[in-house]
Amino acid sequence: MDKNPKVVGMLARYESAGALLKAAEKLRDSKYSKFDCHSPFPIHGMDDAMGLKRSPVGYFAGLGGTIGLSVGLGLQWWTSTVGYPLVISGKPLNSYQAFIPVAFGLTILFAALGAFAAMLIFNKMPQFWHIVFHSDQFAKFSDDGFFVSVEATDPKFDEATTRVLLESIGGTDLEVLQES
Amino acid sequence: MSIDTNKYRLTERNKYGRIDLIAALIGIVICIVGYMSNSEQFNFAYLIAFTFWVSLALGALFFTMLQHLTTATWSITVRRISESITVTLPWLFILFIPVFLGLDDLYLWTHADAASDPLLLPKLGFLNVTFFTIRTTIYFTIWSALAIMLRRTSLAQDRGDSEKYAAKMRTISAGGMVIYALTVSAAGFDWLMSLDPHWYSTIFGVYYFAGGFVGSLAMITGIALLLRYKGILKNEITPEHYHDLGKLMFGFIIFWAYIAFSQYLLQWYGNIPEETIWYLHRWDGVDGTTEWKSVSLILLFGHFFLPFVILIFRNVKRNFVMMSIMSIWILVIHWIDIYWLVAPTIYHHAPHISWIDIGPTLAIGGIFGWIFWRNLTAEPIVPIGDSRLENSIKFVNR
Repeated sequence: MDKNPKVVGMLARYESAGALLKAAEKLRDSKYSKFDCHSPFPIHGMDDAMGLKRSPVGYFAGLGGTIGLSVGLGLQWWTSTVGYPLVISGKPLNSYQAFIPVAFGLTILFAALGAFAAMLIFNKMPQFWHIVFHSDQFAKFSDDGFFVSVEATDPKFDEATTRVLLESIGGTDLEVLQES
Repeated sequence: MSIDTNKYRLTERNKYGRIDLIAALIGIVICIVGYMSNSEQFNFAYLIAFTFWVSLALGALFFTMLQHLTTATWSITVRRISESITVTLPWLFILFIPVFLGLDDLYLWTHADAASDPLLLPKLGFLNVTFFTIRTTIYFTIWSALAIMLRRTSLAQDRGDSEKYAAKMRTISAGGMVIYALTVSAAGFDWLMSLDPHWYSTIFGVYYFAGGFVGSLAMITGIALLLRYKGILKNEITPEHYHDLGKLMFGFIIFWAYIAFSQYLLQWYGNIPEETIWYLHRWDGVDGTTEWKSVSLILLFGHFFLPFVILIFRNVKRNFVMMSIMSIWILVIHWIDIYWLVAPTIYHHAPHISWIDIGPTLAIGGIFGWIFWRNLTAEPIVPIGDSRLENSIKFVNR
């Protein structure tokens, strides 16, 4: 084991969802940027409290939808007029009316896939390393623990002052996270 | 409740009502002159105007019942607007009389020779003047009863007992919604689909409803914005509420297109002459020389593509100017939609909009607006007795 383990962040536990919300606001107002809140359930208003920007996922859903629509129409147009020009029930080869249900379906599918992919990317998932993995008590976040984690890479991070800040807003069970 | 109860009463009571009344009088004069110059053209113009305004009142009735059924909180601040629109329904029943008098011009099945048409003969048990009149009376009785009951309960709620009256309105809406679905669909069949009695489409009533609901959302939004420009309800109907109204508008624009396409695709696929004739009249025409195709394309782009790409953006739904433009645009395109349903019956070759068309739309609209403003201004313009009103005002999208 390393004699001087590297400090990667800090973890503090809070009493309730309300306390966590207040702590997030305080950190946001203290200009911290690399911190996260962990709770057993989603907390209403947390996005604002943490100062998060609006999610760009919607635009990727839109992009996916547009691609899906083009692929759906293009595939059907090519197969029925160029690839396999078969006359079906006396209708024109390029019967765009009949293409619409499939194109619609592909629009939805690609929009959903686009949103899903964008969600994973912007959540930085899958993640194999995170500071909270170095905590012993962190597993409680999926039970009854409300945690705030601050990363050491945050420009405002300082072991002493961050500790004072986290404790001043009601943080308990303070844990300095170290890479072992 | 920390809300001042006197604050929500309008002082300038009937300014818009008076403007509407003048519009109605001008409209009625045009109607009379129009009727004398060309009674057939007038009857069709009247049917277009009548079904247009009725569809808006029905859309508002659906909106009111939907909000009660889902116990929505956000919509409470706009509820009085939609309630005041619905109470025009009993008056619109009186305005049905000119349609009744014009049945002979409007509907082929009223003619004596309809009995010799083998396709029409089996339908005459349903499509005859007596049963038609009875049905319309039933529709309006039901709609008026629902509208009046919901409004009276809502007004009673202003004086207290919020939960009790909220539960009562929910009960009325639960039963009302089922009857509403059946009657609106049937009204669409009666008034509009039977213009071409050989043609049929079981989804037609839903199409009439879908257009009307989009139109009434535009109308509710437009009225709220008009009040806002006058400095009324500025803090009660916030961008958050417009955002939600915009979402509904966007959703039902898609619903309208979905229903329109569902009706079209099946008939296009089946390719049976008695079904496709209706679309032929609105596309190339029976002899291939029709200008209705352009109106169909205007609907496709103006009633679907354009609102779709505009309303999809969050910032548009939260922008007062954009929402004002979209409200007016949707009402205009909804009128064109109704025109497109009715007018090809009489004008086979090209759309023909004349001064006669303005009369009935103005006359019915004026009376509609007059009654609306009278009802809106007579009582507090938000349901002050609803215990969730404060939550509705503070509502935030997230």
